[in-house]
Amino acid sequence: MAKFDLSRLGGAGVLPLAGISPGAAAPSADAGARPAAGRRAHMREAGLLLIIAALCAVMSVASPHFLTVDNVRAMLLSFSIEGIVVVGMTVLLIVGGIDLSVGSVVCLAMVVTGKLFLMGLDPWSASVLAIAACALVGAAIGGCVSGIGLSHFIASLAFMVIVRGLCLALTQGTPQSLFALPAGFKFIGQGAVAGVPVVILIFLAVVALSDLALRRATVMRRVFYTGSNEKAALYSGIRTGRVKFWVTVLCAALAGLAGVIYTARFGAATPTFGAGMELNVIAAVVIGGASLKGGSGTVLGAVLGLALLSVVTSSLILLDVSPYWQDMIKGAILLAAVSIDHLLNVRKASR
Amino acid sequence: MNPASPPMLALRGVRKRYGAVTALAGVSLTAHRGEIHALCGENGAGKSTLMKIVSGIVQPDAGELRLNGRALRLDGPAHAMRQGIGLVHQEIALCEDATVAENMFMAEVGRRGRPWMDYRDLKRRAAQVLARLSPDIDPGRRVSQLSLSQQQLVEIAKALTLDCQVLILDEPTAALTGQESSALFRVLHGLKARGMAIVYISHRMAEIFEHCDRATVLRDGRDVFSAPLAGTTADELVRCMVGRDLTQYFPPKADGIDDSGTPLLEVDGLCDRQDRVGGVSFALRRGEILGIAGLMGAGRTELAETVCGLRPARRGAVRLRGRPLRVRGYRDALRGGLAYLSEDRKAAGVFLDLSIAQNVAAMALQRVSSRWGWLRRSAEAEMARDLGRRLKLKSDGVHVCAACLSGGNQQKVAIAKLLATQPSVLLMDEPTRGVDVGAKSEIHHLLRDLARQGMGIVVISSELPEIIGLCDRALVVREGRIAGELSGPAMTEEALLRLASGFTKEESA
Repeated sequence: MAKFDLSRLGGAGVLPLAGISPGAAAPSADAGARPAAGRRAHMREAGLLLIIAALCAVMSVASPHFLTVDNVRAMLLSFSIEGIVVVGMTVLLIVGGIDLSVGSVVCLAMVVTGKLFLMGLDPWSASVLAIAACALVGAAIGGCVSGIGLSHFIASLAFMVIVRGLCLALTQGTPQSLFALPAGFKFIGQGAVAGVPVVILIFLAVVALSDLALRRATVMRRVFYTGSNEKAALYSGIRTGRVKFWVTVLCAALAGLAGVIYTARFGAATPTFGAGMELNVIAAVVIGGASLKGGSGTVLGAVLGLALLSVVTSSLILLDVSPYWQDMIKGAILLAAVSIDHLLNVRKASR
Repeated sequence: MNPASPPMLALRGVRKRYGAVTALAGVSLTAHRGEIHALCGENGAGKSTLMKIVSGIVQPDAGELRLNGRALRLDGPAHAMRQGIGLVHQEIALCEDATVAENMFMAEVGRRGRPWMDYRDLKRRAAQVLARLSPDIDPGRRVSQLSLSQQQLVEIAKALTLDCQVLILDEPTAALTGQESSALFRVLHGLKARGMAIVYISHRMAEIFEHCDRATVLRDGRDVFSAPLAGTTADELVRCMVGRDLTQYFPPKADGIDDSGTPLLEVDGLCDRQDRVGGVSFALRRGEILGIAGLMGAGRTELAETVCGLRPARRGAVRLRGRPLRVRGYRDALRGGLAYLSEDRKAAGVFLDLSIAQNVAAMALQRVSSRWGWLRRSAEAEMARDLGRRLKLKSDGVHVCAACLSGGNQQKVAIAKLLATQPSVLLMDEPTRGVDVGAKSEIHHLLRDLARQGMGIVVISSELPEIIGLCDRALVVREGRIAGELSGPAMTEEALLRLASGFTKEESA
């Protein structure tokens, strides 16, 4: 990754505070400290939160099982691990990329962890190696993009199929039972600290760290520059190829982390696991406000997008809606969210 | 030419403004049937805008257009074509994956109530048109397989299929070989004999005098000359193109540049890999503003991009303060203190959907980050405010997005972005393009101030008054090479234009 620049401290901080044009008042420290695009992101996040809250309110009346501890816990669990994949995808969408292989990569992490464990390695080392393998897949995709010049879409489509094939080949197509996993490792996926599942704690840590990094870390700022206007970034001395490469690696590594946690949770490695997950993940990020053209997106928005999809899924199950209809409804939500956003943008641009 | 009949094409008092910039301030032009009418003028004089109006791409703010005496209001290029007005663009705009024949007849494919493609018919008719212009182009080939000059010929052939009454050609020979040009002129003379009115835009004096009947000269969005070429000399025409008073107010020049010791920037025999820059050498002193003039496509931008590592160099050296600058990429140049302002502000200069502060920090993130790589937003905002003040940037704070600013203020953001890197040499490519007069003057004064503080500045500009008024010295680039150097009183628009177009007094005699 473009390495952290050690700052020269001091610098511009000594100048008197004042507005730019004679008439403009000096913006106060924090009210103004948010970019123009940030305000719109907040509106969207608030809007999503509102919709989720409304849906929850309706559901708690419609179904007595909705607002029970068990159901909320189940929703949060199913959503937390996928949420880690969503975080990686958010960063990748901001740089203007996309990764269709995350479902396969999640599965690869499962299969590699399981395989190495069954070969006698301790599960912790196996997990580290599995995440490294996933990062390598990301590096291969990133290499195709930054080195050869393929689009993220095509490169990751190819690796979606390649990696899935690899998973099937490694396991001979049969799920591997890992009931012998030590309790310490299973704790990651199944345990709880003070009543809160560890999975959720990991998820919250990843979200908090990545949200902070996206807003405040200078390396992540290069990601925004590259996604916003790659040519201008290049002309600003940013090595955009490297930025795209490392973001692709990051996304795959986070998918690997999610895969390892799934392994600990289920105690099994299924070579078909995660098929179709990429679409759910991308849908969540887009509902959360990221643009496929790059340059915009927030972790919080993406996580809320995923939360909305999870609440909808849970609601449909509780309301006994057939699974066939469920997909249709989720697709319609994606379409509606993206259309509304696009129409609002067009109106803004025409002003 | 029959003086009794109305002219084929008559424009009267045509005006057009783009925001704060006046492109045309009342232009009249008359082209008769059976004549080739040359339209000349400097870059930015308004030729292209005028031709876009005639071909219906752009609607004028005022003025009238008459075709065969009939007043017309064109509402689009398709309308203009139906009226018999054809335009050959300066830039090639063909569908690369379609065949030559399809491209030539694109306007009629899908019309006429014919549901099926008749490739054989298209090819036959395309071959007929091409036979006169360039018989060796196979109408069945894909455009992507043709050379640049062949593509240009297809672009011309495309206009010939329209069966038009008025044909406009915007610098059609820029990409053509000598032989191809003569074939083109044979065709044009044939069309002229059949009564077509041809408007021919060109910088090449020799061509104009050999093939055109009359000429109209545009300057600053007005027509300043229109007469038959028979009684005119090339000298007169060039003087008309440039003869303008320096009405703009420029800052005073440097009092004298210390040219002892090592220059700030030395470029020695620089070539790029595509041969757009062919062995350029020059030196830049502290406190100097060096202009680089030249026609469009002469290689000015390519030169600047090669110097700062955005284009790979094949040969040559760049030295900064006497020390060789090893440039593998733009970052190395930036680290050495060399910063480049792109001519294309929207595509490469600013991040339109990011805020002013985020833009200004883009090249100098280390100045606003903490030891561990976290952004200090107060420092970022402060840096943007400070530079904004120095550049007289007008905005509601530094957190509004760049897209909300006017062109002039966007350009100031782009310049602030460079200044944030604290460079010692600035390469400014068209620093005032698309900028209103007030901001233009502010940018000129800023550049002079920076030079006075010891910076070395290279200004690439298509506007000759800017070169003359702002720069201490000017290089003229032609076909990727330095065609000459002018300074002091010798730096006139006429002299610059002569060097840029390769037209010397001897040739006109």
